[in-house]
Amino acid sequence: MNFADEIFELRELQRLEGHADRVWGLAWKPATGADGVPAVLASCSGDKTVRVWEQSPLTGSFQCKAVLEETHNRTVRSCAWSPSGKLLATASFDATTAIWEDIGGDFACISTLEGHENEVKSVSWNASGSLLATCGRDKSVWIWEVLPHNEFDCVSVLQGHTQDVKMVQWHPTMDILFSCSYDNTIKIWAEDGDNDDWHCVQTLNESNSGHTSTVWALSFNATGDKMVSCSDDLTIKIWGSDIMRMQSGDGNAPWKHLSTLSGYHDRTIFSVHWSRDGIIASGAADDAIRLFVESEDHLVDGPSYKLLLKKEKAHEMDVNAVQWSSMEVNRRLASASDDGTVKIWEFAASSAHKKLQL
Amino acid sequence: MVSGLINANPVVYEKKERRSRSTPTHVDEYAVELIDQLEIFDHIRDIKDPEHPYSLEELKVISEDAIEVDDKRSYVRVTFTPTVEHCSMATVIGLCLRVKLMRSLPPRYKVDIRVAPGTHATEAAVNKQLNDKERVAAALENPNLVDMVDECLAPSYG
Repeated sequence: MNFADEIFELRELQRLEGHADRVWGLAWKPATGADGVPAVLASCSGDKTVRVWEQSPLTGSFQCKAVLEETHNRTVRSCAWSPSGKLLATASFDATTAIWEDIGGDFACISTLEGHENEVKSVSWNASGSLLATCGRDKSVWIWEVLPHNEFDCVSVLQGHTQDVKMVQWHPTMDILFSCSYDNTIKIWAEDGDNDDWHCVQTLNESNSGHTSTVWALSFNATGDKMVSCSDDLTIKIWGSDIMRMQSGDGNAPWKHLSTLSGYHDRTIFSVHWSRDGIIASGAADDAIRLFVESEDHLVDGPSYKLLLKKEKAHEMDVNAVQWSSMEVNRRLASASDDGTVKIWEFAASSAHKKLQL
Repeated sequence: MVSGLINANPVVYEKKERRSRSTPTHVDEYAVELIDQLEIFDHIRDIKDPEHPYSLEELKVISEDAIEVDDKRSYVRVTFTPTVEHCSMATVIGLCLRVKLMRSLPPRYKVDIRVAPGTHATEAAVNKQLNDKERVAAALENPNLVDMVDECLAPSYG
């Protein structure tokens, strides 16, 4: 995709209201929003609920189809669909992670994962849906195996972070887990071939050009050879690894710092998400959303990234989450905010610019 | 006798005289009134110290001069001075300041709360915690902590 010659805009399609408190997290349901399947989005909130929004095939607008409530009794911080889209996992400050099954539009809580001492802050499924990871304020990262009959078995409790863990995220193709923390680091966890034991294989910290304050989120590009992270230090960092070496299974394909984007957001950057076609979206406490792409003019020492678009006042308050739809065809971005709303945006070439070209 | 208090004998200062905010000579009722230092100070001066029957103003934990406000940018920074360097109440005081301003200011406001440089043994740690909104949100779901905060805030709703 060449972004060099056109001017783009982020057009607000809809503002979803319903949550009674700040909205923390978002998750597009996989394989929805194309081929006649209506787009489905889940959002979770400080109001202790999760809302499931579905796009109407007739009007194109999103409506709330389900409210998942009376299960978590504190903030729901994070939500994630299983790769098949059949299950939704929700992580809560109430120390539990709930697993919900979509039964013909009705969501039933089929399992509750207990074990964290206190607030669970993030949940992530691996690519095949066979593993689930959670993390929390107790500084630990838990890996759960998905067994038949809605059973979830904890296979590992990973200690290593020295402060609360903000987010866990599986690599998009390999069973390698990434976690980022209030201790300013990103840790990479892999399984030992021999004894099924998980351990930390790399720590990205200040000494290898990492962040200097809380790392809030991370995301991968489509091929999985690059990762983006965002932080309270007001920077966004791009990391790269040798995907061939990673896949060859000899284990140690280290991640290296490639680029730092600074001077864009002027308050904490809470969320970053890489689209399937290469656009990095970031959302921050400055109420703005920014989009970045790899720049054409490569530097000698690696790729460089440029600001593609800046949406000031995307929300009335902090932007906590930005999430691209996994469908390449529609280029849709969702954002969630302290203002209690979710917004759906369309990324497109600017119509004003098109007119000039005629 | 060992006192259970962190600072058993704090210095208590006189309260500043309350000045009313300057009244303009001709009143334009449509003019937008800017939020200034004094308004911010008025919101927080009567917050009670978590372990003493005195206000944060009386203990000089906060002062008008330690408030920065930029209404155009919707930004406030309050710098507070714990009474002793090892004050374990610093995070509670900071939480009280944040909650009071959250409840009093328009939602567009961005608020930073900081310990005055050199006044606390774990300054960086306290600042980081007070400005991590996820930690603040979690703290405010803890009933014991909320009771403590509400008790400190009660006198400030004059």
